[in-house]
Amino acid sequence: MAEQSISAPPAAALPLRAWALRSLRHVGYALVLGTGVAVLLMLLFRRSSWHTLVYSWCISMGCSVSIDVLRHLASAWIYRHEPQPSTQALADWPGWGWMSACLVLGTLSGITLGTELANLLIGRKDHVFGEGIGMGAAMLLISLLPGVGITYYYHARGRLQAAQALAEAAQRQAAETRLKLLESQLEPHMLFNTLANLRALIALDPERAQAMLDRLIDFLRATLGASRAPLHPLSAEFSRLGDYLALMQIRMGDRLRVELDLPAALAGTPVPPLLLQPLVENAIKHGLEPKRGGGLIHVLAAHEAGELVLRVTDTGVGPAAAAANATTGTGFGLAQVRERLTTLYGSGASLQLEPGTADAGGTVVTLRWPLAATAPSTTT
Amino acid sequence: MPTMTQPFVDDPQLPATALIAEDEPLLAQALQAELKRAWPGLNIVSLAPDGDSAIEQALAQLPELLFLDIRMPGRSGLEAAQAVVEDWPAERPLPLVVFITAYDQYALQAFEASAVDYLLKPVQPARLAAACERLRGLVARRRPTGAAPTQALAHALTDSEQLVSQLRQLLGAPVAGSAPQLLSVIQASSGSVVHMVPVEDVVYFEAADKYVRVLTATQEHLIRTSLRELLPQLDPQRFWQVHRGTVVQAREIEQALRDEAGRVQLVLRHRPERLNVSRIYAPRFKGM
Repeated sequence: MAEQSISAPPAAALPLRAWALRSLRHVGYALVLGTGVAVLLMLLFRRSSWHTLVYSWCISMGCSVSIDVLRHLASAWIYRHEPQPSTQALADWPGWGWMSACLVLGTLSGITLGTELANLLIGRKDHVFGEGIGMGAAMLLISLLPGVGITYYYHARGRLQAAQALAEAAQRQAAETRLKLLESQLEPHMLFNTLANLRALIALDPERAQAMLDRLIDFLRATLGASRAPLHPLSAEFSRLGDYLALMQIRMGDRLRVELDLPAALAGTPVPPLLLQPLVENAIKHGLEPKRGGGLIHVLAAHEAGELVLRVTDTGVGPAAAAANATTGTGFGLAQVRERLTTLYGSGASLQLEPGTADAGGTVVTLRWPLAATAPSTTT
Repeated sequence: MPTMTQPFVDDPQLPATALIAEDEPLLAQALQAELKRAWPGLNIVSLAPDGDSAIEQALAQLPELLFLDIRMPGRSGLEAAQAVVEDWPAERPLPLVVFITAYDQYALQAFEASAVDYLLKPVQPARLAAACERLRGLVARRRPTGAAPTQALAHALTDSEQLVSQLRQLLGAPVAGSAPQLLSVIQASSGSVVHMVPVEDVVYFEAADKYVRVLTATQEHLIRTSLRELLPQLDPQRFWQVHRGTVVQAREIEQALRDEAGRVQLVLRHRPERLNVSRIYAPRFKGM
């Protein structure tokens, strides 16, 4: 414990050091810039004096500090009520409108402060804006240009960094979602129970055991490879559901009855792979498994008024009881199906979950999207 | 503690009896076959396809061993064990319980923590043989074999006490998933009126089929929820479960009375009726 507290630096130390380093770097830049401007002035006005260098340095520093201070003040003012943007680069950026004002005001005050500082150092009493309008305007312009350039550079860099950070976060989230999806599809409880059944079946009925193993192999292959192909035909989707349901039927025996309804005309319709899988799993896990005596699961595809309709119906315990019983893993499957639908088909797609009819009970989940949209432009 | 003075097995030479509760028919069949191989003398008296049947059959047959799957339709294996233990005849030693699960992180952690016997699916023959060996020893030493009936009784008592404390620990283990908010008001509707009952006014909750009866000092309401759903939303310091169907507010208890058979009854401050405490929760009512 003691070791930990020694090796860990105080929380405030790091930002302070970073801030000091950044300030030092800014001073360095200002000095380099000042030297450049001084050389330029000497060449332009043929005034070669070390005084020009001192004035140039001081004015560069003045401008740099003034613009920085104004920029921070403006940003703080703008974000005083709102939550800060995600990255430091964005948080320190007040927008080009405010920034223009900061640049002009900062440069003016920088020139004034810088000149006063140089006067103090050299012991003269120059007034930049006292040497005529032409000279003053030239001074302002010369000082303003590097400020604008540097601001543009930093802003572009900040935006790039922010975009990179966002992209990284998105990537991380996508990877997490994929992992969660895989975990939910390869639910260990389902897998081990299936293996236990398989083990029992080998002794009792080797032929059926082999058939079950083949189903399991197809199911695993589909689950692990699902994310690679963006779309597959509805017939393939129904075959995969068939594999899964056959495995579940071996496990649940006559407690599970299955009806799959795919009209021949829709067999080739492309759908995202394993889109229906979480719905069928939910129907079993939350609907039929908890019900004494089990029931029926019915998966149907239909063409209704220009829309593709996919419906999973079960005669299980129903949504209210399922919500009450559930302790783990609820909601993720549904949310994930909804998200995939929206990504692929936009607002034209819908997912609806409702209790079954009064006499059948259970749960009905219906997916719909326009059939014209079944070849989506994005293939993610 | 319950007194067990009568001999509970007529003939010590009789084979040990067992119940298997497993909802997947193939697995039930396979476990039966594996058990016969690992313990040829074992008499499997019933196969239950769900938690409720397991309770019924266990209480009807009173087997010495229960093999209970955790995830079953209706009541879970754990809930079944609770019900069986609470309604088990006091003069008989409690059965030995073995839980079975395919994969359940939370259940496994809880099993490890309470040192309860459990098997993993698929059941490995070596593991099952070891479990049977242990169980055979436990069954043998609690049977009165002429010479040392008192010792057998003592063993039976120890095993029973151990099971009761294991179950208490398992039932008290936090449920998987996020903890819901604690309720401050119970909303009980009757017709078009919704009664708002502050939880501190509730004397006790009682399970009634798919409903829960909410009893205050003067009134009684019915809410459409199960005690299992309600329980995580109550402050466990304030509301004590005393039976699988009863949760009472601790400060409403005036006295706990223990009879000569070890059964505990609660006398309430603001209600005339007495509440039975099940043997699982009875140890909670000891002097400080």
